[in-house]
Amino acid sequence: MALSRRLFIRNGVTTVAAGLVAPSFLSAVAQAQGVGGTRNLVVVYLAGGNDSLNTLVGYQDPAYYSRRPTIAVPAGQVLQVGTDSSGRALGLHPRLGGLLNIFKDGHLALVQRAGYNNSSRSHFEGGDIWGTANPQSFAGSGWLGRYLDTLPRPLDALAAWNTTGETPRALISALSGVPAIPNASTYTYASPNGGSAALQERAAAQAMASNPASNRPHLAFLNSTSLGAIQTLDRVALATSYKPTVVYPNDGFSGELKTVAGAIVKGIGTKVFWVSTGGYDTHSGQGGGGGGAYANLMGTLGDGLWAFYSDLRNQGLAPDTTVILYSEFSRRISENGSQGTDHGAAGLMMALGGMVRGGLYGTAPVLSPGHPTLENSSGDVHYETDFRSVYAKVLDGWLGVNSVSILNGDFRTGAPAIF
Amino acid sequence: MAQINPEIDHLLRRAGFGVSSLDADIFRDMSTTDAVDYLVDYEGRPDDVDARIGRPDHVQIATNDLFAPDIDIEDARQRWLFRMIHTRRPLQEKMTLFWHNHFATGYTKLAIDSGTIQGAKLLAHKAGTLNGPQGQVELLRQYALGNFRNLLVEIAKDPAMVIWLDGKTNTKAKPQENFGREIIELFTVGVDNYVETDVYAAARVFTGWNLRGSDNYRQDEYGDLNAYQEFFYDADQHETTAKTFSFPIYSDGSKTIPGRSGSGSIQDGLDLITALALHPETARRLARKFWNFFVNEINVPDPKFVESVAAVYLQNATEIRPVIRYIFNSPWFNDPAVRFARYSWPAEYVVRSIREVGWQNFTVDKARGAMPAMGQQLYEPPNVAGWPQGANWFSTGQMLARTNFAATLAASQKPFLAVALAPESQSPQGLLAGMLNRVTPAPLDSAPQQALNSYLAAAGSWTGSGEQLNTRASGLARLLVGSAEYQLV
Repeated sequence: MALSRRLFIRNGVTTVAAGLVAPSFLSAVAQAQGVGGTRNLVVVYLAGGNDSLNTLVGYQDPAYYSRRPTIAVPAGQVLQVGTDSSGRALGLHPRLGGLLNIFKDGHLALVQRAGYNNSSRSHFEGGDIWGTANPQSFAGSGWLGRYLDTLPRPLDALAAWNTTGETPRALISALSGVPAIPNASTYTYASPNGGSAALQERAAAQAMASNPASNRPHLAFLNSTSLGAIQTLDRVALATSYKPTVVYPNDGFSGELKTVAGAIVKGIGTKVFWVSTGGYDTHSGQGGGGGGAYANLMGTLGDGLWAFYSDLRNQGLAPDTTVILYSEFSRRISENGSQGTDHGAAGLMMALGGMVRGGLYGTAPVLSPGHPTLENSSGDVHYETDFRSVYAKVLDGWLGVNSVSILNGDFRTGAPAIF
Repeated sequence: MAQINPEIDHLLRRAGFGVSSLDADIFRDMSTTDAVDYLVDYEGRPDDVDARIGRPDHVQIATNDLFAPDIDIEDARQRWLFRMIHTRRPLQEKMTLFWHNHFATGYTKLAIDSGTIQGAKLLAHKAGTLNGPQGQVELLRQYALGNFRNLLVEIAKDPAMVIWLDGKTNTKAKPQENFGREIIELFTVGVDNYVETDVYAAARVFTGWNLRGSDNYRQDEYGDLNAYQEFFYDADQHETTAKTFSFPIYSDGSKTIPGRSGSGSIQDGLDLITALALHPETARRLARKFWNFFVNEINVPDPKFVESVAAVYLQNATEIRPVIRYIFNSPWFNDPAVRFARYSWPAEYVVRSIREVGWQNFTVDKARGAMPAMGQQLYEPPNVAGWPQGANWFSTGQMLARTNFAATLAASQKPFLAVALAPESQSPQGLLAGMLNRVTPAPLDSAPQQALNSYLAAAGSWTGSGEQLNTRASGLARLLVGSAEYQLV
């Protein structure tokens, strides 16, 4: 699987190199495409398999409490968000006060039981399936990479912006390399010398990286990566000069969101941002409503997103931005012997932003053994909403492209009406 | 100065960390086959590298006060990088790195479980320095070219692994799947070669494989360096019913591990490990990983290579040493087309660049500090699947981290490079030729060569003055070590 990913990247590289060599003023390219100041998408990936049953709690389901004796969130602690269309009362984890604010604002959509048939319990396979949007063949390009491939050429080098170190499957594209900017403040060019020698050195590095090396595809790929870095340095520095309107929490996740806000406010023109936050593989010591690993995860998530949303709202840019959140799978219903949960199946997708129609979508699982909302001998939650229908809604309803060709199928029917 | 001949250079890039000035005398008159034996039979070379830490003619170590690599993870990282740079057994370090990725175990989770000192000790404790078992990576070094089945047994009992994959809470009432899943999916047969019920059965097989602390050990104990945790088989927590798999466990084809209880029930796990180690898909999977790590990442594994290497592995009862010797002597490895057909890992990149550019007055801590942004921090793989490799090492941010490290290294070696290259620097061309004799990127096309010549021409009229050499030699080193060509090994 990993092998095919590398091969895939390689097969695309010659074109990447050719595509990146031409423009010298990429921000002008961005403007010509009309990408500045328009809609953007921020994907927040919850890495490790988010335990959706503790994110959005069916706090009146007795089986929830009997199957999770040490890690259930007490009914009195949940942040109530009302009942879904099946009449199940639901509440957010108590550390998600930030998300509750956005829900009350009418701009947080909670899509329950999103997934696909025969859900993979492997982190790596599951991540690739959500990335490619193809449960049968998940070694190819990503759903967002294929979106990027529909944009006019030459593509601005910052059309997509990945805040993690490695390129996620979802952003792998046949035509474009997406810059990875894990730390925008060190995304700079260093030289052993100063003054004109340093400038000459940078020019030489750019000239070396401009070698298309078309008969050496792996070298062409590396050159295109170098060139992509050199050509994006100055605009990334512009984004990091942003002074936010709110105080972001002091953690890595919020730091990434702050950088994304900077890029949006400074009008860099990026269409897709990728943010990842980890630690969701809670096999042990997960905790319930109060302490424990999961409460910390929820606090980081909710506080960070609230800061980001508030900041953009203050800037008048919340209507330009949609954030979607998902994970490779949810977790087993019953807790294990380590006060944690093992790998499960369908889970919660979320969307938020100034144009998102908030509310509860889909129906909650009923956790008593034998209930038709469950699978795997009632060990896991069965999916109700195909995750690709949410992608379809985002592509058609937000990014304004044709989801059928990007997803290689029509998933529009039954898509939750989040826009 | 550094290069020996194309065959040996290729072998040393793959079986070691490139060619340093000190290697030339050792390898110059060796045949390639003799060089393979020299590297593979490394027990003939002294294991004295740790004793050389602190010598002024070696790379330097950064310390706040005390250098404590057995109990401080950042010092442990420095010690490992020092070993890679200066070891007389480069293949042993290379294989240790390979296994560290294969059995990828991360420090942070261990430190959360057991405290920072115990966390470092669990991974990096060198046997005999303190009380308690050796750290996991020391175990991997011991078994670098050892028997894979035996290594799997040791790994299943390794305290760091038991904590990492939640073995401590794998009880008969609630079997915990984490280790059972990964020993099948990642350590042996791989995806598509097992079914979900195998995972559940494996979890039950390893119930009771637990740890116990020494008398002076307490969870979150920071104080007593000699406290430790060790493997303990808790037969009372073993789930005693029979376990059935989708693949044969025994040589008679039986797929069921019989119900067993009492102290003898540890045999369940040993039987499963033996079956996994001897599974033909494990042999093929290791062969494919060796293809990527030692031979070629540009092309998919040649099926003939996979079958041949898998056969050597199985014929030698899962011994790794004959497998590796076979690979280095094979036509696949020695095909000139596979030279520079791998993407270097960050560890390989920083070590090779230090060995080639120079290490005088340079602290290896600068390499340690730069590596996370390149995507690899030793003792901290991103997850149990190890590091995403090949082209995945090269996002724009990671490429910048590499080239910026090249700048740091080149800046530190300015005066030394200027002195070393002065005799060859009568002209800019002489300086470039001298540098390319020392720093070894994949062959440069004419366009990058032209860019380098223009960079040297921009110095104005060439006098070869100390100032000109200081600037241009370090600038050249930065450009070459930071080039795309240099990332390939």
